[in-house]
Amino acid sequence: MTTLSVTVNNTARSAPCPPNTLLSTFLRETLRLTGTHVGCDTSQCGACTVIVDGRSIKSCTMLALEAEGAMITTIEGLAKADGTLHPVQEAFRAHHALQCGFCTPGMVMASVALLEKIPAPTDAQVRHGLEGNLCRCTGYQNIVDAVLAASKTVKGA
Amino acid sequence: MDAFTFKRAASVDEAVATAKVGADAKFLAGGQTLLPVMKQRLAAPSDLISLSRIADLTGVTIDGGTISIGAMTRHADVAAHAGIKAALPALCVLAGGIADPHVRNRGTIGGSLANNDPAADYPAAVLGLGATVVTDRRRIAADAFFQGMFTTALAPGELITRIEFPVPDTAGYIKFPHPASRYALVGVMVSGSQGAVRVAVTGAGACVFRVPTMEQALARSFSADALTGIAISHDDLTSDRAGSAAYRAHLVTVLAKRAVTRALEPRS
Repeated sequence: MTTLSVTVNNTARSAPCPPNTLLSTFLRETLRLTGTHVGCDTSQCGACTVIVDGRSIKSCTMLALEAEGAMITTIEGLAKADGTLHPVQEAFRAHHALQCGFCTPGMVMASVALLEKIPAPTDAQVRHGLEGNLCRCTGYQNIVDAVLAASKTVKGA
Repeated sequence: MDAFTFKRAASVDEAVATAKVGADAKFLAGGQTLLPVMKQRLAAPSDLISLSRIADLTGVTIDGGTISIGAMTRHADVAAHAGIKAALPALCVLAGGIADPHVRNRGTIGGSLANNDPAADYPAAVLGLGATVVTDRRRIAADAFFQGMFTTALAPGELITRIEFPVPDTAGYIKFPHPASRYALVGVMVSGSQGAVRVAVTGAGACVFRVPTMEQALARSFSADALTGIAISHDDLTSDRAGSAAYRAHLVTVLAKRAVTRALEPRS
């Protein structure tokens, strides 16, 4: 069987991987990194968003083998080893940007990628940048507030 | 998803040669349509040939009046390309409005065109700008490329390598996105170059199409007012729960006027 080698959250990982394995499945079931959620499995909801080689992607719509050699960041890779939250995570907590929390890993990863690209976004840019992520609880307002607040603190992360 | 054999091609030649071997081989570009379709088991290729490591297929070159975009260039890279923004900003607007940021980071221009979804954006760009689709074996003019719903002039195993866009004097693209999918309920690309005008519509019917009556009116006078009163027939247009054929026909004229207005805006 083909072996897939990737770097996930700064750790080199290698594991057998059948070709029809999605990246989301590889992360969750092979590496047991279950912070990445699978909501719709049809690339609409964005709960499975992770960052591959600096770009946010929907891991349910990428073959795991397409990530060979890539640097992947998942939600587990954001907080520091001592448990200090990433500024985006902290802002989500402070602004009550989640209720059930299912969409949150994807929302946070999408927000981190958004702020990498646009460090000081407007309200409209945040909403446009999160178009690929659905939340069925919050109505988005607190998520937008959190991302705008994080944009003021994220640089020191 | 059913099992398949996965191959990573290192060159266009290798990809095309490999495709001949498999019983039902498919090229894998960004996978943003193919993978969902395979999950639904509407497609079950015997072999997937990944194009992601073929360096020749990625990137943009601008030479005089032509923008050449490699087939594996991601939507996000077209949307953000400074050279395209300067020469043909309507193409950046179009690419930047496809789906969502994560899909734009994976999806490719070649994949979108080979798929020819009736509501995809890129077919409107290629037809509305009179581009040429270049494959491993020939050059196909836009007017001959799009043949029907999910149907193109591509032969089995033929691989798009790049798309060549002639830079028009002016162009504008507007779409009315489906609020959930971001696909075009209707999208209109208008371009004008020294009297030669093209109006291409996506989303409204089974396949992207041109609107000769609008092109003739705009060739006489390139202004939104020139389109007032020009309606298209809704006989062959799409009706679904997002909009009736009559509604889509109405949108075509409204959006064509807005596309002309946008084409005439001074560039920032």
